[in-house]
Amino acid sequence: MKPYVDSLRFSTAGSVDDGKSTLIGRLLYDSKSILEDTIAAVGRATTKRGQDGLDLSLLTDGLTAEREQGITIDVAHRYFATPRRRFVIADTPGHEQFTRNMVTGASTSDVAIVLVDASKGILPQTRRHAAVSALLDIPHVLLAVNKMDLVGYSESTFKAIKSDFKGIAAELRIRTLTVIPISALKGDNVVSKAVDGVDNLSWYNGPTLLEFLETVSVDRVRKTNLRFPVQLVSRVKFGPTQEHRGYLGHVESGRIKVGERVVVLPSRETARVLEIITVDGSRKTAGVGDAITVTLDRQIDLSRGDVIVEATGMPQITDRIRANVCWLGNAPLEVSRRYLIKHLTRAVRATIERVETHYDIETLKATRGAETLRTNDIGELVIRTSQPLIVDPYWANHATGSFIIIDEATNATVAAGTVLSEPELDGGYV
Amino acid sequence: MNAILNAFSDERLNPTESSARFAMRERRPNLRAHLRNLEAEAIHIMREVVAEARNPALLFSGGKDSIVMLRIAEKAFRPDKFPFPLLHIDTEHNFPEVIAFRDKRVAELGEKLIARSVGDSIANGRVVLRRPDESRNPHQTVTLLDAIKEFEFDALFGGARRDEEKARAKERIVSHRDEWGQWDPKNQRPELWNLYNLRMHPGEHVRVFPLSNWTELDIWQYIAEQEIEVPAIYFAHRREIVERKGLLVPITSLTPAREGETIKTLSVRFRTVGDITCTAPVASNATNVDEVIEETVLARLTERGATRLDDQTSDASMEARKKEGYF
Ligand SMILES: Nc1nc2c(ncn2[C@@H]2O[C@H](COP(=O)(O)OP(=O)(O)O)[C@@H](O)[C@H]2O)c(=O)[nH]1
Repeated sequence: MKPYVDSLRFSTAGSVDDGKSTLIGRLLYDSKSILEDTIAAVGRATTKRGQDGLDLSLLTDGLTAEREQGITIDVAHRYFATPRRRFVIADTPGHEQFTRNMVTGASTSDVAIVLVDASKGILPQTRRHAAVSALLDIPHVLLAVNKMDLVGYSESTFKAIKSDFKGIAAELRIRTLTVIPISALKGDNVVSKAVDGVDNLSWYNGPTLLEFLETVSVDRVRKTNLRFPVQLVSRVKFGPTQEHRGYLGHVESGRIKVGERVVVLPSRETARVLEIITVDGSRKTAGVGDAITVTLDRQIDLSRGDVIVEATGMPQITDRIRANVCWLGNAPLEVSRRYLIKHLTRAVRATIERVETHYDIETLKATRGAETLRTNDIGELVIRTSQPLIVDPYWANHATGSFIIIDEATNATVAAGTVLSEPELDGGYV
Repeated sequence: MNAILNAFSDERLNPTESSARFAMRERRPNLRAHLRNLEAEAIHIMREVVAEARNPALLFSGGKDSIVMLRIAEKAFRPDKFPFPLLHIDTEHNFPEVIAFRDKRVAELGEKLIARSVGDSIANGRVVLRRPDESRNPHQTVTLLDAIKEFEFDALFGGARRDEEKARAKERIVSHRDEWGQWDPKNQRPELWNLYNLRMHPGEHVRVFPLSNWTELDIWQYIAEQEIEVPAIYFAHRREIVERKGLLVPITSLTPAREGETIKTLSVRFRTVGDITCTAPVASNATNVDEVIEETVLARLTERGATRLDDQTSDASMEARKKEGYF
């Protein structure tokens, strides 16, 4: 676990016209992250549209290709900082393909901001955004009830929306939910509560939206057992007698320590950690997120795709997984075809044994008997792989529990999957 | 720097305070953790690409972002040699200090540099200029795509960052190019978690941007922390310039003053370095990295807005060039 989180990644989702662009523009503008030439360009664009002042939604305006063809690119990344934190926004458009877009943008988010227009209340899309947040197990969901100015800053309207959404969040088993009233257009409660000295939301006692983002605590890695997937085996050798290969990789969870006994999967061979090497010198231990080179005290047949773990809390080694999958490809899933799965540093051939259930994306109610998944669909699959994968359930470990599916013919990334914990599969486990 | 740090250190944190002030009095351990995260992400990406691509190369120009890329490559692969050559697409309109720096750095690292020049592409008729003095920046695309073909590269590391420009903000870390070298912004492969899809058909390639999530400030803070050397033109020096369209244009044999323009000598530094004919310096007194950081956090213009003569032409010029296969 990281000692502190100095940067926060959040994604934004909302239906068209809920005010997402205005909100992002307001955050960037009020945190003074926008430089003069950009502000000038937005001013010119505002004038061109025959309006006065600064239309903040134009700050995140799209590319020429998007305007001309009336399309939107699925995700744009934006960066800003305040005295407390640095922020990365994954900004995903709310139009067609929003499920696909949100999955694409939000997989590593610490916070998912879901926008709702206070004058319209919860819409089917709001439910979908909440469902995707639940599927990706995003640690915090923030419902921003926007356009409070249009409902006279009414506390009862806010409370009604909040209670509706709480019901949905409970159904979806969303872990942490925060609901904040704002007006992105007027600025109320986005960066500061009062605007020009007027506090329109005097009944509200919680943090402003930015205060929440600045202070929310983030625990990115819940599982503390060591998971060190090997990316590469070094050509050069290490040690006094130059007989040890180095294993290059990135600690996905837990800690690796010199002298400790580790297990190499899938071979299950054991060894002790001899050295942890970096360009900046040898280390005694390394933790989550560290990019290191490791040597072991015995010769082991170890290659890219293998995972070094600790002896307790072992992951599963399996050639059959049950997973929730969001289908991203243009062509529907075909049960008879072969796909590739990329999981950690391993790519394996796979077939879809069956579509177990298909979720209604608004209610997350499961229907059985579906034969395929189409773009934007979410369902549960049973997948058979040509070689074993080393997995944990996604809820326990996002790194070892996530994978993508690649279409071998087009090389397109056609699906994103999260492993479920279902140990009682018939005979699938090694 | 210290004076500024002290001036703010006891103030109550105010969320509306500018990021500029923030960066100056950010506590060191926090900054270190932030840079470690960015560094580790970049190393991870480089190793993944080396593991899965058949024949990668790293674009090295002598500019600050590509210099940082070399440090990342050292962190990813030393004590071994880099598992890829360095490739410079040379417009031959360079600041001499930058080329001298390029050669020195390559020699220090003991790595292999391949240089291909736009001049060769002009000589062999692959590039036709409309005017002899026009910017060679856009023509690098032809030379680059020819080099990719010549060496059969299938992955090219570049130092581009998403904070530079809005087309880049929408580009993936591993960005697929078709056999014509073209980027199709609306047909990008979803990029989830840290799983990169490096599969391609013969003749296609990927551009890989390990510094995607870094900002200009991160780059300078990393250069400071790692004590990385950069070419001298990144620091304030006196130079002859003229003012043109709100930018400072350096006076060189390739970019002479035009009629009616007054040449002045100013203290300037470059924020980006590229083709001489389209790279403008900014007025500056920053003579070392700390002072550059200070100026960066106080800068009122974006890196490209302040320094790129060619990007001004149209709001969409970078997007158009990227689609054709530009870096
Ligand atoms: N009254 C009011 N209008 C808003 C607010 N936020 C956004 N809008 C308006 O709603 C419209 C859609 O906003 P935009 O940000 O483009 O929505 P997006 O499609 O979600 O990005 C624009 O006309 C905005 O000015 C708000 O807080 N109050």
